Amino acid sequence: MKTSPDVATTETAKHDYEPVIGLEVHVELKTKSKMFCSCRNEFGAEPNTAVCPTCLGMPGSLPVINRVAVEYLCKAGFALGCDVAPYSKFDRKNYFYPDMPKNYQISQYDMPLTTGGGVTLSSGKRIRLNRIHLEEDTGKNLHAGGAMAGSDYTLIDYNRAGVPLMEIVSEPDISSSDEAEDYLAELKAVLSYIGVSDVKMHEGSLRCDANVSIRPRGANELGTKTEVKNMNSFRSVGRAIKHEIARQAERLAAGDRIVQETRGWDEVKGTTYSMRSKEEAHDYRYFPEPDLVPLALDADVLARWRSELPELPDARRKRFAQQYGLSEYDAQVLTAERSDADFYEATAAACDDPKQAANWLMGDVRRALQSAGFTALAQSPMTAAQLGELIRLVKSGAITGKAGKEVCDILVAKGGDPNAIVAERGLGAVTDSTEIAAMVDQAITANQKSVDAYKGGKANAFDFIVGQVMKVSRGKANVEIVRALIKERLG
Amino acid sequence: MTDVPIDIAHVAKLARIALTHDESAAFTAQFAKLFGYIEELQALDVTHVSATAQVIPIMNVMRDDIIRDCLDRAAALANAPDTSGPYFKVPRILE
Repeated sequence: MKTSPDVATTETAKHDYEPVIGLEVHVELKTKSKMFCSCRNEFGAEPNTAVCPTCLGMPGSLPVINRVAVEYLCKAGFALGCDVAPYSKFDRKNYFYPDMPKNYQISQYDMPLTTGGGVTLSSGKRIRLNRIHLEEDTGKNLHAGGAMAGSDYTLIDYNRAGVPLMEIVSEPDISSSDEAEDYLAELKAVLSYIGVSDVKMHEGSLRCDANVSIRPRGANELGTKTEVKNMNSFRSVGRAIKHEIARQAERLAAGDRIVQETRGWDEVKGTTYSMRSKEEAHDYRYFPEPDLVPLALDADVLARWRSELPELPDARRKRFAQQYGLSEYDAQVLTAERSDADFYEATAAACDDPKQAANWLMGDVRRALQSAGFTALAQSPMTAAQLGELIRLVKSGAITGKAGKEVCDILVAKGGDPNAIVAERGLGAVTDSTEIAAMVDQAITANQKSVDAYKGGKANAFDFIVGQVMKVSRGKANVEIVRALIKERLG
Repeated sequence: MTDVPIDIAHVAKLARIALTHDESAAFTAQFAKLFGYIEELQALDVTHVSATAQVIPIMNVMRDDIIRDCLDRAAALANAPDTSGPYFKVPRILE
């Protein structure tokens, strides 16, 4: 079979080029009110009910900076090792688009709140940040899809217009789609730990655009980049980047040039497509926002904000591994969400057994969450004290491991006192030797064949008899006592 | 007069201002005067003045993160050229 020349060139092209990727991540800040006005900052409110003259861009209205939005951005900056600028200002980014009712967006152009910093990937590679700046979000357009497809109008909800938004711009240090996904996961973990955003990509509180270019391996000069948009999950970001790298390699292999443009990601087709740009030539005619005075944040205030940062994911992961003797993997899983990590620590303290607490949370609890239809531990009414008590009950032999699973299911679904659940359902372990001895004798009489086999040297016949006793006791007999009694009788 | 370092037609287009040929010519002339004035400013010695985008001696004006009443939706939509249910309605945007 002959390989077509096109495929062969493409394959070569992939090997000869290295991708250069930078990410622009927009994160909505979880303030109570909007960036420049006192409207509610609320996801999912009734359309156009969280709006006022300022965020609707009505003449005569004036913006005032939300102090907490500045605080949140600075805290994100500290957590990511950025330098907070001693002097910063806002600028107008001018463009006509109906999602910005003022016909400009208040953003920061040449004096962002922070510069520098970086994100460390799980491989240890550091992706440098260029800057983080503060701006306002735009309204939401409703078009495309369903009955709207092919319609000649667009509907707009301005509830999101004016929501505080920070834009985190990385340096083009990312060299693969995997690294891009890792970068996003790490960024999300840090931001969710410090509590400045919900960072939910499916709700739009985290959005990501990727600048992708490729260049001959080893070259210093950057290739022409494209900006890829419209990805709705970390996975989509990875897929879109992978596709865009392959597309550019194919183009170059075919002797074409890459056009600098914005491309949209089509999740269904798995391809990127050329988008009409918002503004010709991207000439935004930035100028300093005349309605806002600059920021020169007080060193004491900055020091206080910095001191209020919680333990960050990376530090907590390392501490979990060291303090609790967990594997790197367990520590990683248990610290991915701050609330999960808090729950784990409280459970470990309640049962005084960090290893068991980890096993339960990553095993039976996770399984029970799934069957109860929960997607996160935080959705379950179970408390750490309740789970800790359950683990104690199993460890002490007061209930068997099997009964423990049953109690776990109930706790995860409804919460409650494990002792009360055990009493109510008669799940307490049978530890009375006389009672167990009767069951053992019954099993021995009923399974003479296995008894003979065991005596004849078949060791696994012993386990069969144990199983039969457990069956008779409906899983409640203390298995240690069962084994001891069988051994005693069969010699 | 003709070497104005600004493309009036381009700027007008970006600002969505429709200029007639006469207006374009008039603005080009006016901008030329403006640039002439800026050139005069270039001659001044400003070595002792630091660059700024803001001449008011006030900084850090911020508000507390407090929610106040928003507009009623009916009031918010009242000035819209067109509406549909709870939404503002505009000519189709292509993406």
